[in-house]
Amino acid sequence: MATKTFKRPDGRKVDETRPMQAKVGVVPNADGSALFSFGDTIAIAAVYGPKKMHPQHQQDPEKGTLRCRYNMISFSVDDRIRPGPSRRSTEISKITEWSLEPSLLIKNYPNMVIDVHVNILQANASTRCAGINAAAMALAHAGIPMKNIVSSVSIGKLDKNLVVDLNKDEEDWEEGEGSTDIPITMTPNGEITHIQLDGRITKEQLKEGIELARKSTKEIYEVQKKALKDSIKT
Amino acid sequence: MEIKNKDQVERKIVIPGEVISKGEDYLPGEGTEKIGNEIIARRYGLAEESNRLIKIISLSGIYEPRNGNLVIGRVENITFYGWVIDLDSPETSFLHMQEVPKYINKGGLSDVLDIGDMVVAKVLEITSRGIDLTIKSRGLGKIDEGIIIKVNSNKVPRIIGKAGSMINLIKEESGCNITVGQNGLIWIKGNDVESELLVKKAIMFVAEKSFTQGLTDELKELFKKEKGK
Repeated sequence: MATKTFKRPDGRKVDETRPMQAKVGVVPNADGSALFSFGDTIAIAAVYGPKKMHPQHQQDPEKGTLRCRYNMISFSVDDRIRPGPSRRSTEISKITEWSLEPSLLIKNYPNMVIDVHVNILQANASTRCAGINAAAMALAHAGIPMKNIVSSVSIGKLDKNLVVDLNKDEEDWEEGEGSTDIPITMTPNGEITHIQLDGRITKEQLKEGIELARKSTKEIYEVQKKALKDSIKT
Repeated sequence: MEIKNKDQVERKIVIPGEVISKGEDYLPGEGTEKIGNEIIARRYGLAEESNRLIKIISLSGIYEPRNGNLVIGRVENITFYGWVIDLDSPETSFLHMQEVPKYINKGGLSDVLDIGDMVVAKVLEITSRGIDLTIKSRGLGKIDEGIIIKVNSNKVPRIIGKAGSMINLIKEESGCNITVGQNGLIWIKGNDVESELLVKKAIMFVAEKSFTQGLTDELKELFKKEKGK
């Protein structure tokens, strides 16, 4: 079972995230933008719209559409990434879209689209979580009506120990049972909008992991909230 | 007296999902929703309370047209029956040839308004297809001279001020004619370029600092400093 005294390679506690940084308004040309980072993982999100959907056949007369694009910049990791969409980035784009859409109130924007561009400047695991956190802040900054701001965190299982916010070394853990990566997105009320699981885990430990995520998404939410509030000077 | 009243209006920065107030004391206004006995913010902006009504002043977002709004737009295209106007809004807007104060022959449309012309218009009707405009009223029509600047449409109420106090101050100090479109485009026409640029500076100042208290006094200071140069 998980032990509270488990020693992580970088000396963090099991329920401690890397130092977080959040800022809004980093892309002046966009309607809304935000930066979010977990330690060395830095994500920038820019929101454009609502605007008329093009191509026209993709328009939805019932409600507005959310369109996300996740991209890792070629210099974000040691080996250069080939620029352009890949199988991985297409998947994460879709995941970002699904994790954000339940929180938006876009039924009043028929035939329109909201474009969210998420770019990873620097990657050290948990990029999708940082991307979703930045995107949620950018959407609020763009004045899109929404129910809540969602927060995302990755839960990991290293051998038999549950930890919060994996970094690259932990993601490649090879001792014992190896590593399991579980990115989770939640509203501040603890409702899950997205959960993925890569690896093996028991039912009991998954439940335990979700509780861990509930606690640390609250911390992330406070960081997002503070960044949004500090950007208006009264 | 007036300044005291302004200070009493309490403004709070809120983010979506935040609980603004509990209990039955207040009513939910624009940008808020009532769930159970809690009023919850639905947008990012400043929550303001007046007459027990809580509403959110948004700082960003698109222009949402209303009937009777004065707007400024650019002629984007000419069709058989009128002009397509770009209002910097996702909705397409249309000015029908019958909504022009004089008779026009078909084919003579480009003589009245050509592609690229700027026009002051009024929102006549909002349909499912888009926005219908009219220029059949005083003060509306083609813009011949002056400069046009763009601010976020959510900042227009600030630029105009309470009962036009802010815009009248700028008009008085600079001697320029200013037309503020609700969609965020502002037309400035003065006697010389210097005064027009001064107005631009003043408006940008208001738009940037739009949520500080006692902005009218700060603006007066700005004009004093500019005139001293």
